[in-house]
Amino acid sequence: MAGITIDRIEKKFGAVTALQQLSLEVADGEFIALLGPSGCGKTTLLRIIAGLESQTSGRVLIGDRDVSALPPRARGLAMVFQNYAVFPHMTVYENVAFGLRMKGASDAEVKKQVDRAAGLLHIEPYLERYPAKLSGGQRQRVAVARALAVQPAVLLMDEPLSNLDALLRLEMRSELKSVLAASGTTTVYVTHDQTEAMGLADRIAVMHKGVIEQIDRPQALYERPATRFVGGFVGSPPMNFIDLPVTDGTASLGAFSSPVKKASGTITAGIRAEDIDVTQSGGLPFDVSVCEPLGATLLLTGRIAGQLARVSVRPDAHVKPGDRLGLAPDINRIVWIDPANGKAMGAAA
Amino acid sequence: MSAASVSPGLRRLVFWSGIAALCAWVIVPIYLIGLGAFGGRTGVFRWPKNLLPWDATLSAMQTFLAVEGVWAAALNGALVACLTMIFSLLLGAPAGYALARYTFAGQNAFRMLVVLTRAFPLAILALPLTVTFIRTGLYDTAIGVALIHTALALPFAALVSSSLFMGIPKELEEAAWVFGCTGFQAFRKVVLPLALPGLAAAAIFAFVISWNEVFAASVLTVRNKTLTAYLLTVLAESPLHFRFAGGFLLILPSIVFIFAVRKYLFAMWGIANR
Repeated sequence: MAGITIDRIEKKFGAVTALQQLSLEVADGEFIALLGPSGCGKTTLLRIIAGLESQTSGRVLIGDRDVSALPPRARGLAMVFQNYAVFPHMTVYENVAFGLRMKGASDAEVKKQVDRAAGLLHIEPYLERYPAKLSGGQRQRVAVARALAVQPAVLLMDEPLSNLDALLRLEMRSELKSVLAASGTTTVYVTHDQTEAMGLADRIAVMHKGVIEQIDRPQALYERPATRFVGGFVGSPPMNFIDLPVTDGTASLGAFSSPVKKASGTITAGIRAEDIDVTQSGGLPFDVSVCEPLGATLLLTGRIAGQLARVSVRPDAHVKPGDRLGLAPDINRIVWIDPANGKAMGAAA
Repeated sequence: MSAASVSPGLRRLVFWSGIAALCAWVIVPIYLIGLGAFGGRTGVFRWPKNLLPWDATLSAMQTFLAVEGVWAAALNGALVACLTMIFSLLLGAPAGYALARYTFAGQNAFRMLVVLTRAFPLAILALPLTVTFIRTGLYDTAIGVALIHTALALPFAALVSSSLFMGIPKELEEAAWVFGCTGFQAFRKVVLPLALPGLAAAAIFAFVISWNEVFAASVLTVRNKTLTAYLLTVLAESPLHFRFAGGFLLILPSIVFIFAVRKYLFAMWGIANR
């Protein structure tokens, strides 16, 4: 068991900077998700922690040991790859035992750890089979079991569920969470799927263009995004961003107004689709263009003064395209964003 | 005209005539050589040919095998072919691995260069090579011939093994590193076992190239000839059915080898992966 310290890591590929002076602290036993769109540098960061990629500058510490210059085998970690990377010429048993055998563990110890890991991931029936005879989900279980069998100080996972179909992904997700919570392993988990990150992680680091935009608990991230990017990336549907004119410290549009920490100009209101009450009149004028029944809710898409917005209402609401509704957002849950730099500024009063 | 509008009958006709053409191209000559080899003195000149070897006899083959020097030449040929196999694999597989795994400046040029070695006509090189070989003491030795044959087989070995290694996902190696392997251990425990069938096929391919090569083997040897070169000199003055017997003996190992590894040859050329 050990925490991870990432100290001003920078990575350049030629002239392109993939990671900019990035620092991150992962506590012992914590599950942290690196979330971001493709090309944001999250996989590069994970590979630098693993030692599969070398940083241009900066340090990686696992526990209190500087591992920056060590090869992957000396870092005391385990990894689960996106395409499983189970060894096709070995049985499931030998796959799970691989790390232990490389450490020179005795046969008895290997058997004990393999049985334990296989039990956790429910792969006992397949131990003597070859990976070619397994489904994708089963292979991913083997990959996770192989990683847990070595009882690593740090577990790295690179989009481990993205190759599975939707139903299996949901099942594996909850299972992973319980298995990893039980083992208490420090975990860094890379994903572009925000529901996966929300569901699994203790904390989420949202990455964008080689920097961490925000790092926080999932709920806090969802409710108080620090930047417009985070609000738009986390949550489905994404947060609505409505530009409102400000005069004398008050933002107003239609019949809606609120005091803000800005004297004049424009301010962006970040509003979650479900934090809005719908009235027949008053509030923000909303022209409905599409109604999507999602079962639990009815999702309305339309425009507020020409700006795209999505509102989530009760499934039995009587709304049809072409209606004009009044929106009353929950003032306390609005995130005020400075349009100049995209950063949240916190409401006045 | 789209494929769908072709009638099934026509498509079947094209399919089977394609197969027939291939058979005529490859199997018929081999079969005729076999007939000549086992048909005896009369069988060779008979016309029309017997389609089935009614009067097959081993006499020509036996006489042929009793000719002085045939066994020595066969052994020598096998030795040269084995050396070629070892050299081209030892040199070609690492080159293939580098081509598959690393990006380096001039990679494509190198790939091109590897193939270009085949563009040198051996006939032009024959004289300087002979002189050099005599000076260095390589002339008329198995190693000398094997070196030339390695030069011929190496491009195949390098390119085939590079596509083999490319077919092995890098993540498998990375997983091995993460779980405690050094670079060499990862290669030995993960990459090599997966590449072995294909490498064996490439090796046998090198063997066949060497076994069949006649020019360099003839020019660079006097007493220690390979079977191919030996037959070329001996059979010119032999009766026809002897020549057929010799020819049949020559193609036999190639056919056996290619049948033995056909699965991997197909796999490494991406024709089929089953």
